[in-house]
Amino acid sequence: MTGTGPKTDLCNTGRLTPEKEADLTAQLLELADTDVKRCIQCGRCTANCPMAQHMDLVPSRMMWELKNGRASVVLAAASPWDCLSCFACETRCPRGLNPAGVMEAARLLSIRPAGAPVLTAEEVAELDPGMPQQAIVAAYRKFSK
Amino acid sequence: MLVNEATKNAAPDTAPFEPKIVAFCCNWCSYAGADGAGTARKHYPANVKIIKVPCSGRVNPLFVLRAFQKGADGVILCGCHPGDCHYMTGNYYTRRRLTLLMGMLDYLGVARDRLRVAWVSASEGARFAEVMNGFTAHIASLGENVKLRDMRCRK
Amino acid sequence: MQKIGVFVCWCGSNIAATVDVARVVAAAQGIPGVAFAADYRYMCSEQGQQLIADAVRQYGLNRIVVCSCSPRMHEKTFRTCAERCGVNPYQVEIANIREQCAWILKDREQATQKAVALLKAAVAKVQLDTPLQPGESAVVKRALVLGGGIAGIETALDIADAGYPVDIVEKEPSIGGKMAQLDKTFPTLDCSACILTPKMVDAAQHPNIRIFTYSEVEAVRGFVGQFEADIRKKARSVKADICSGCGICTTKCPSRQAGSEFDAGLRKRGAIYIPFAQAIPKVPVIDRAHCLRFQTGKCGVCSLVCPNKAIDYTQQDEIVTEQYGAIVLATGFDLLDLQHFGDLGWGRSKDIITSLQLERLTNAGGPTEGHLVCPSTGRQPKQVVIVSCVGSRDTSGRGKTYCSKICCMYNAKHAMYIREKYPDTDVTVFYIDVRTPGKGFDEFQRRAVEEYGVHYIRGLVGKVDVHRDGTLHLTASDLNSGRQLEMEPDLIVLAAAVTASPDARKVAGLVTASIDNDGFYVEAHPKLRPVESPTAGVFLSGMCQGPKDIPETVSQAGAAAVKAIGLLSKDKLLTNPCTAWCNETVCSGCRSCVQVCPYGAIEAVEKTVVTLEGKKEQRSVAVVNEALCQGCGACTVACPSGAMDLKGFSNQEIMAEVDALCW
Repeated sequence: MTGTGPKTDLCNTGRLTPEKEADLTAQLLELADTDVKRCIQCGRCTANCPMAQHMDLVPSRMMWELKNGRASVVLAAASPWDCLSCFACETRCPRGLNPAGVMEAARLLSIRPAGAPVLTAEEVAELDPGMPQQAIVAAYRKFSK
Repeated sequence: MLVNEATKNAAPDTAPFEPKIVAFCCNWCSYAGADGAGTARKHYPANVKIIKVPCSGRVNPLFVLRAFQKGADGVILCGCHPGDCHYMTGNYYTRRRLTLLMGMLDYLGVARDRLRVAWVSASEGARFAEVMNGFTAHIASLGENVKLRDMRCRK
Repeated sequence: MQKIGVFVCWCGSNIAATVDVARVVAAAQGIPGVAFAADYRYMCSEQGQQLIADAVRQYGLNRIVVCSCSPRMHEKTFRTCAERCGVNPYQVEIANIREQCAWILKDREQATQKAVALLKAAVAKVQLDTPLQPGESAVVKRALVLGGGIAGIETALDIADAGYPVDIVEKEPSIGGKMAQLDKTFPTLDCSACILTPKMVDAAQHPNIRIFTYSEVEAVRGFVGQFEADIRKKARSVKADICSGCGICTTKCPSRQAGSEFDAGLRKRGAIYIPFAQAIPKVPVIDRAHCLRFQTGKCGVCSLVCPNKAIDYTQQDEIVTEQYGAIVLATGFDLLDLQHFGDLGWGRSKDIITSLQLERLTNAGGPTEGHLVCPSTGRQPKQVVIVSCVGSRDTSGRGKTYCSKICCMYNAKHAMYIREKYPDTDVTVFYIDVRTPGKGFDEFQRRAVEEYGVHYIRGLVGKVDVHRDGTLHLTASDLNSGRQLEMEPDLIVLAAAVTASPDARKVAGLVTASIDNDGFYVEAHPKLRPVESPTAGVFLSGMCQGPKDIPETVSQAGAAAVKAIGLLSKDKLLTNPCTAWCNETVCSGCRSCVQVCPYGAIEAVEKTVVTLEGKKEQRSVAVVNEALCQGCGACTVACPSGAMDLKGFSNQEIMAEVDALCW
């Protein structure tokens, strides 16, 4: 399941006009409801993230990109789909920020324009039974907006 | 920032309601807090005009009534946080006195929330601006104060 | 006849950029009573003040309104200027059009309108201002220093050297404070005790210094120049005058329950103890909460072994009351309680310690005689991890929002001397930013990296797991390389945030000094009066004002001393003439004012007064002692007959301001 987000035109970016990039960043930040400007790049989110070693854009880098107004980089990354939504990053962030919320917002922003939920309740049952419970809950949470 | 920029844009022919707000600030905490708001360039509406008093306990309820009489739409009294009064006990008296005054305002038919007491310390510039923004917005929503107003004061 | 001069300051572009000063001047010229109005680029400058003086002479002005910055900034300047040109300084009013108009508003029209409104209020007030003359009050030539750390000691020494008696009040059994606990100091790596203890001895032997240890100030009365403090000397249960400081009692005490405060809890101490070998005074104290004698009544070993019979179980607390002209607060700092940092292993392993505990572990006078060992095993650690910013720069509510300032430097210091003493021990520092401003500071930190081979990794430690066998497992991220790190260090040192002393709040209440949200004392002006509290006669020394290192603390201590000396060197102080006064004609003698006055400045006196009807009559009326009155105005509001009024803030004046602002 790693890195298998729905590919909408929003994700296929990096070549956006500055206006569109700013608009996308504003949308993402509004959904995430966390003040990324307050991030001091201490890296505790990444250090705590159980998935960080599998991520192409670790939480602290994601916050950095957003702080600099590059939402397209975040949306193009696979990391939001790798995120377990365990919220360890939020719990331990010394600035009270919520990188997991940003991950969630990035997923929302990808799924919503794509139409229907990617994963339905029936499909969850078909997932690998060996999967940890948390991953199944996280998967359902992630793919059904 | 105009309180009711929105109203202004919506109805350009009628002059927007700009509430008159008198703020009594104690010299030691709140006046310094207001200075702090200025120093930090924290914006709050021009409607708020500050009168410096040595201590919030210096504010006679008559001053508040006088303000309402002369056309103020809201009065806010700022002092040191309880326990931090430069004169030890001044703000405790203020707290009790103003509670009584609010009861009296109710009796007179003036909405009691046209009078507010807020504790703002010398280091709370941002809080000062926040309180003033909140209070001005609230008074703007209450509209003009007509009760108690000395009609001869009308221009 | 009233002739008011209005002077509008541009404050460079600070005011003029937002407020149309020309319109303010024009508005002033239209106000009845205003004889002259002008604007100038910098009214507080010599030329600006000259402009005021010239106008006063030319137009015969007798009242002045200055539209400028906050009166907290330049009221004194303009009052002095007025006095020089023959205008009573209390007939000067400031309209604060910088902080209250130019700096909070963007719209030029609004700012100008508000400036005019404030000007009108100031003119309305100045018209009613009566000429006032300040009185005089004497200065008690003795200073009180609260706190006996390096800041308090340095301040006391400086004041004492200038010839004034000083009392140091320290709550611990010995002076010395936190600096006495340190091993070495940055950036020179000289031994902390070697530079501190001579100062402690100097203070103890100075003829002008009295030291009250194990004491706390309980009450402070009075005002600048004439404070009066009650000092509670807690019972030591040891007669200080006959104790020789041999310390036999401390070695024989059977109670070993209490953690040594001086060794940051790394060692147990007896119930009777001397905090450290170089303590001043070197007199033990019985910690009654842990003493078997006091708890069960069944001991008395110390009394038996004492060769001088100095132990006195019946000793009582003693209150000393003394007068002071100046008070210096030097209450120091504390480290953040790390109870909310369980994710970094705090409280779950003995091998996870604070930086202050590391100081004790490396100190030759410490529990391990300077051998760095893991507290759990007693073995030398092979890998040490230092974590920066534990609780600093934290807005999540678990820690403090500010940078603690000293940690980056002491982390480098710790790393360096661990590497120097134990070259086979690996030291890794996890950091967010390395902040080393200061003379020789950055060079020092670079030496740690370049010469001592300390690993600096950008990125904070995520979490620390403590395994069942006691080994530590740490997860972190190296942000520069993007690699996830897992380590199993033997010792983890947490650079806990600096916090204000928990006593600061209590002390602030005693002397009515202001404190900020973090518990540090607020200075009278952040730039221009950094060592003075807004309360006259109260000065700030050291960490109690904000995080700072030793050199800064010492310089601030000296500065506070100079301010205190400046005060003590005066024979008389001019008192605030804005005091309450009683209109005896209407005073009914009800004594409401007597009850509310926090300073006991009002008393009811039998007097012959002339009534409203012109008759003479003998009755009780309120009389204000102007030397005691601080001008809070509580009495003016309590007075049911309106007899009490406050000079400088009279009922009429405030009403006039209200009218001017509302009209």
